[in-house]
Amino acid sequence: MTTEVAPIVTRRLAAQEPWTLQSYLSDGGYGALRKALTMPRQEVMAEVDRANLLGRGGAGFPAGRKWSMLRKAEPVYLVVNGDESEPATFKDHLLIERDPHQIVEGTLITAYAIGAAQAFIYVRGEFALGLERMIQAVEDAYGHGVIGANIFGSGFSVDLVVHPGAGAYICGDETALLESLEGKRGFPRIKPPYYPAAIGLYGAPTVVNNVETMSNIPWIVLNGGDAFAALGTETATGTRMFAVAGRVNRPGAYEVELGKNTFRDLVYDPKLGGGVRDGRELKAFVPGGASSFWFGPERLDFSLDESKVKGEGGSMMGSGSVIVLDDTTCAVRAAWRLVRFFHKESCGQCTPCREGSGWLEKIMRRIESGHGRPQDLELLMDVCDNISPGVSWPSRWPPNMTTICPLGPSIPPPVVSSLGMFRDEYLVHVKEGGCPFG
Amino acid sequence: MARLTPENVQRARDTISLYPVARSALIPLLHMAQEQDGWLSEEAMVHVAELLELTPAEVYGTASFYDMLFTEPVGRYLVSICTNIACLLEGAYELLEHAGSTLGVRPGSTTPDELFTLEEVECIADCGRAPCLAVNWRFFGDVTPDGFDRLVARLRAGELSDEVPPHGTLSRVRRTVGLPARAEGGRERR
Repeated sequence: MTTEVAPIVTRRLAAQEPWTLQSYLSDGGYGALRKALTMPRQEVMAEVDRANLLGRGGAGFPAGRKWSMLRKAEPVYLVVNGDESEPATFKDHLLIERDPHQIVEGTLITAYAIGAAQAFIYVRGEFALGLERMIQAVEDAYGHGVIGANIFGSGFSVDLVVHPGAGAYICGDETALLESLEGKRGFPRIKPPYYPAAIGLYGAPTVVNNVETMSNIPWIVLNGGDAFAALGTETATGTRMFAVAGRVNRPGAYEVELGKNTFRDLVYDPKLGGGVRDGRELKAFVPGGASSFWFGPERLDFSLDESKVKGEGGSMMGSGSVIVLDDTTCAVRAAWRLVRFFHKESCGQCTPCREGSGWLEKIMRRIESGHGRPQDLELLMDVCDNISPGVSWPSRWPPNMTTICPLGPSIPPPVVSSLGMFRDEYLVHVKEGGCPFG
Repeated sequence: MARLTPENVQRARDTISLYPVARSALIPLLHMAQEQDGWLSEEAMVHVAELLELTPAEVYGTASFYDMLFTEPVGRYLVSICTNIACLLEGAYELLEHAGSTLGVRPGSTTPDELFTLEEVECIADCGRAPCLAVNWRFFGDVTPDGFDRLVARLRAGELSDEVPPHGTLSRVRRTVGLPARAEGGRERR
């Protein structure tokens, strides 16, 4: 049974026109900013540290630690990553469209805490309605006096710019996003420096935080880091949004308490995923976005705790997307489609990713269309090994990298998982010269 | 198909003033040019380069990287059908094939009357309503083949002009407030 806790980031989503300033103010909006501005910056940072809020974008880095890693230099920038593009992830999209003021308030508090006078919210270009709502929220927030000069007479001034993307998955990578924000092609930056906290936007120290991460900040400031950490478990605090998609009765984005609930709750709870469609059997599920290694039904009872999913499961919760495949789904076809995605979205800087993704896509398509050869199975593993050396099934986390950014090691998981779990299905494709699922 | 209008030049200057470094306004300005003409002509990109003190090659280099920026004309309505995993499982390829036969074009091409361009796209983050599509980035979910045909008919009849502005218009809400990112005169150009 899923634990019942009051939602944090989604609590206003069902309200009447929750995106308006009026609606936000009627729910106590910008009260957290007012409170934060009466606290020393270090105290705001300490509350977020105590919350142990792990970044909700995918990498799961503690937000408080990210802030405290900032190199001491002027100016510093804050960039909010709203470029949600991981296949079957649709939680930030909802937060941007339905509660933009919550993101704005979290951003303003964070800017104050890290001492940034300039913040940017980078919104995925395809989110046209989201952009309109977010720009309107900033307009109205200015009018209300919470953005601009000397906010609430505190002496703190900040400007906030909503920046549209233009269609590129790779810009979800924080260094690619910074390049894009600088008006360039979205090429991830060569490491080191490893963190934008050292060298980020325009070479200045920069914090890059995800939209859902920002949406948690007002609640944490109002209720305290300890109250947030009291939810979930020691290693997985608070709540998190999960996008449940694929062959379930109720696809949607749901906020649940971390640690105490499981993937089974997400898929089968009548208030959440509502079970597998048409009473079919769950064949496998992708636990954390297209880049994650797949899980079989035996792992449904894994708790929603990134440290366990990575450590014991060898995969990740990643972007908070759970994709359910049922027994009518062809594993080869599903994996092929994900590989094709990575091939299309590879930025082309690194050879293993640029070429490897294309080779994998061609081999997968060949097998799915009935023209595969028996040796193609080993060939697939060989190419995967060249992109992510040592990649194997069962999987281990983290995968090794040969590329500048994590897109490279994101390509093998669908191939290695489907091959590891459903080798027989591949063999049937090869032997019968076609897809048994039609 | 031309340089930015005087009104858009003023909008471009306002946009540039929001950023500490002018080049950051490049993608917003390309969206603006695409809003004006429906696509990015060479003249428009050269004009954007002038406004940002960049070379045309730098502008084209960025423009050609991003899927939403078109350096060739597209139809008034860009129909983007998602076929990624969640939609695939709900019949997206069947929908794409149906769309092609309804519009009489293959993905990647435009109808002879220049009304529709059909394209296959990656996940557009509306998977709770798979299969889904976007028309000029306005989203439609749970799309059946019949539903697609009705949508096309309504677009043709101009019944959705409020919901779906012409291709290139991203946000109809415009920024009007704010501090300049840096005082005039002290502005860093690149």
